[in-house]
Amino acid sequence: MSAALAARGLGKQYGRRWALSDCTLDIPQGRVVGLVGPNGAGKTTLLQLAVGLLRPTAGTIEVLGRPPSDDARQLGQVGFVAQDTPVYSALSVADHLRLGGWLNPRWDDEVARRRIGQLGLDPKQRAGKLSGGQQAQLALTLAVAKRPELLILDEPVASLDPLARREFLQLLMAAVAEHEFSIVLSSHLVADLERICDYLVVLASSRVQVAGEVEGLLAAHRRLIGPRRDPKAFAPDLQVIDESHTDVQSTLVVRCDGPVHDPAWTVEELSLEDLVLAYMGRARQQGSASDRRLGVLR
Amino acid sequence: MNGRTVIEFHLDARSGVSPYQQIVQQVRQALRLGLLREGDQLPTVKDAVERLAINPNTVLKAYKELEHAGLVAARPGVGTFVTKSLGDVSLAAHGPLRQDLRRWLAKARRAGLDDESIEALFRDTFRSSAAEGVA
Repeated sequence: MSAALAARGLGKQYGRRWALSDCTLDIPQGRVVGLVGPNGAGKTTLLQLAVGLLRPTAGTIEVLGRPPSDDARQLGQVGFVAQDTPVYSALSVADHLRLGGWLNPRWDDEVARRRIGQLGLDPKQRAGKLSGGQQAQLALTLAVAKRPELLILDEPVASLDPLARREFLQLLMAAVAEHEFSIVLSSHLVADLERICDYLVVLASSRVQVAGEVEGLLAAHRRLIGPRRDPKAFAPDLQVIDESHTDVQSTLVVRCDGPVHDPAWTVEELSLEDLVLAYMGRARQQGSASDRRLGVLR
Repeated sequence: MNGRTVIEFHLDARSGVSPYQQIVQQVRQALRLGLLREGDQLPTVKDAVERLAINPNTVLKAYKELEHAGLVAARPGVGTFVTKSLGDVSLAAHGPLRQDLRRWLAKARRAGLDDESIEALFRDTFRSSAAEGVA
């Protein structure tokens, strides 16, 4: 089976700035993928490349084994909910469903009507009069009724209150349980991702910092706490992601494939949030280090 | 025959226990307490997912582990059912043990232990006696 999303050396340049560079990913189908990173990290750029709204400056990207928006069939297989879950404010809920039926060859009207009913939305209501949460649910309903094989969502819950956010994710997960499609979803709310994602991509400073199955990533990372020392001196092959030191103590986040035997360390497991923060912290430090190097050169 | 559905899952995001482990633990606990009995139906994957807003694979993984442990069985297209009760034998002993524990807790509080110290002491004792093979 082809990958849900495969990128090789993918890059996108705006003017002189690279919004995304050297991105290589191989995400299998059937996953719920969380794409996390700080604002401006390149998340939206990557997603827009994946749906064919942008063309790469460098490298290649394939979605379900084909270049994005290659033909009508490809377009029908990929659903996209853009940032802030846009709807047509002058059209009614029923108009949206009719539009969905016209535009999508695999449209599932029964699913659409059932969901609108479950949500308690009035079909005659204009979308512009719906609450933010209801608009998001309507956008998601259209995307699900399209019956995509891959659904891509750009920050779908960022602007929703906690209850609307939970309801949105409930509907999304119920749809996955029922129709079994792949999801790539960007967010900076790691707590939500922890519940729903089984695959993680951390994007920071326009680069992929780490990517993989959540379970495997959590198993391969540990926090080490012990007396202060320089990790490069005592274990040069230890892959240190993040480190902080006080006068007497060192705290490291490391990637390790086996158990850590050194008794000087207290070894702790990481939460997904810790893991994401460690990689984002590393990216920022590397960024400021390269800025400093540039400063010296100038 | 369809059994009754008796439990609903809940997740504690701050427990540090993975969501799938929490589901496994909740089923095991319900079995041990006699809330779930043979023939009872676990929530369907779709219901559990819809309630908790979690990845369906998480629920599937938990159910698979329970199945592997011989506690439940999946009937394709119908649902997942309890095939074995836990703690039938020990259920009668729960009352007196709970009373002992209440007495012990009161004693610990009188001695000035707060909740955190009580938990720490319990965990530590539990772990060391388990390590000795006493428990």
